Amino acid sequence: MGTVALDGARPRKRFLNTGFLVVLWLCLAIGVVSLIVLLVYVFVQGAPAFGPRLWRRFPSFDPAEAGARSAVFGTIYTVALTAAFAVPLGVGAAVYLEEFADRDHWWSRLIALNIQNLAGVPSIVYGILGLAFIARGPLGLGPVILTGGMILALLVLPMVIIASREAIRAVPPSIRDGAMALGATKWQTTWRQVLPAAVPGIATGIILALSRAIGEAAPLIMIGAFVYVPFMPTGLDSKFTVLPIQIFDWVARPQAGFSQLAAAASMLLLLILLGMNAIAITLRNRYRHRW
Amino acid sequence: MTDALTQPPRVGAGAGATTGGSVASVREPDAVSGAVSSVPVPTDVVFELRDLAVYYGDVAAVEGVDLDVPARRITALIGPSGCGKSTLLRCLNRMNDLVDGARVTGRLAYYGLDLYDPRVDPVEVRRRIGMVFQKPNPFPKSIYDNIAFGPRVNGVRRNLDDIVEKALTDAALWDEVKDKLRSSAFALSGGQQQRLCIARCLAVEPDVILMDEPCSALDPIATSRIEDLMVELRERYTIVIVTHNMQQAARVSDYTAFITTDVRDGGSRVGHLVEFDATEKLFTNPSDPRTEGYITGRFG
Repeated sequence: MGTVALDGARPRKRFLNTGFLVVLWLCLAIGVVSLIVLLVYVFVQGAPAFGPRLWRRFPSFDPAEAGARSAVFGTIYTVALTAAFAVPLGVGAAVYLEEFADRDHWWSRLIALNIQNLAGVPSIVYGILGLAFIARGPLGLGPVILTGGMILALLVLPMVIIASREAIRAVPPSIRDGAMALGATKWQTTWRQVLPAAVPGIATGIILALSRAIGEAAPLIMIGAFVYVPFMPTGLDSKFTVLPIQIFDWVARPQAGFSQLAAAASMLLLLILLGMNAIAITLRNRYRHRW
Repeated sequence: MTDALTQPPRVGAGAGATTGGSVASVREPDAVSGAVSSVPVPTDVVFELRDLAVYYGDVAAVEGVDLDVPARRITALIGPSGCGKSTLLRCLNRMNDLVDGARVTGRLAYYGLDLYDPRVDPVEVRRRIGMVFQKPNPFPKSIYDNIAFGPRVNGVRRNLDDIVEKALTDAALWDEVKDKLRSSAFALSGGQQQRLCIARCLAVEPDVILMDEPCSALDPIATSRIEDLMVELRERYTIVIVTHNMQQAARVSDYTAFITTDVRDGGSRVGHLVEFDATEKLFTNPSDPRTEGYITGRFG
């Protein structure tokens, strides 16, 4: 027995091991702790003002009376418009790039590279684009809800395309071969087999992209979205505001009541985002295919 | 023979006269065995390959193939891995079109019609010439929808229930799945999935069924069920099977083609057809020493 020594590394090595682990833990802790602090702060601050009046009352100069009804519905309508634009365009582009384009051609690779870069373009830049070409300029729609939806759609389009491409690529080629071998056309194969099989992944990507759109204030401020909107959006050409803009406005006011309202509205925004992410995760887990 | 209307004219076993344009004489597999002959000329030729070659880009995968595939027989393509037998099979229903850079030269006629003629629609070719793949590849849908997909894309809307039942019955799967037609095809075992894929293929009433190592992912029991099924289907369909299992080729096929790889100058490997004959003759009395070497296990 005495010849075998299994008592492990020398103290110095063991110390380094532990030290390294501690550093990794710290990295993780900084991220998690700041998130928790933020959530707790928002919830403690906002809890007293949180309630149905947020989505029942319109904004007011009296913090005791004010709500965010126009912002809540403005957000819902804007995001619905964003989805209506971004989903067909994004999925269509992804289907073309994955199923029909020659993937190795320099032209396809250039497009793919550009889309990835576009996903990283700061949202304020999209705001400038929207101001110059949609709110004013050639389209001249003004700072209305349609403009907001179009701008946010442009903003999230690259994310939708990238997520959809990945979902489509994850459908095994054997599914396409199987369909084509039965005499299905390329289009029938894509529409009836590949897309349905990719839907869970595409839906997850869309929801995550839309939850980014919900949190955006900068591009909408840029196009001139209003801050004080004491009425419901009535149509595509209606003036509007959204929750992040409302929060930004309230935070900037001196009265204590408004900062409470800002925290409460942040709570609402966070709850909407968490809800959307929960849907995305559920979709991903429930419809995960085993091929 | 309900499917006879939808298919090209053909002649049954031992029927004598033929309608195929390229037929020189009639010889049944049994009559061939023992006789020393070159390529046997079967009753009716479905595929006529002349100097066929397939290239991926500039690289030849298989070259110089002359082969007559007989109607309503099982023809096996055997040979070592990478010899191009799957490539050759995928030419027969133009599945190679889907591979970037794949190119076919030479003549490939289907009932005398050039399959690679520009006027030929590959979609129509694949409807008539079905394919079963190496790994079972059911669609991520119900058993019913797996079978109904083929008829649906071909415009069939009525009597789908009957078509599904008939296809599953013909593929010897009906009794096992009739109570769970709406459940996912992924719930089936590997062998059942492969029979589902065969049923899916039968549902579009093809003329030919190509099988690319259909049993290589299956256990021996599932394999023997598929082999039994192939022998039954042989009554009504022309079957071409690629297999790396020589026992399987010997058990089920009527004709066997042995393909092997040549190493050319510069180290490139190109597949070519060594010998094509009635299975019994090829396995008992091969005329090429390379065939003998392969079937007796000396290489490959």
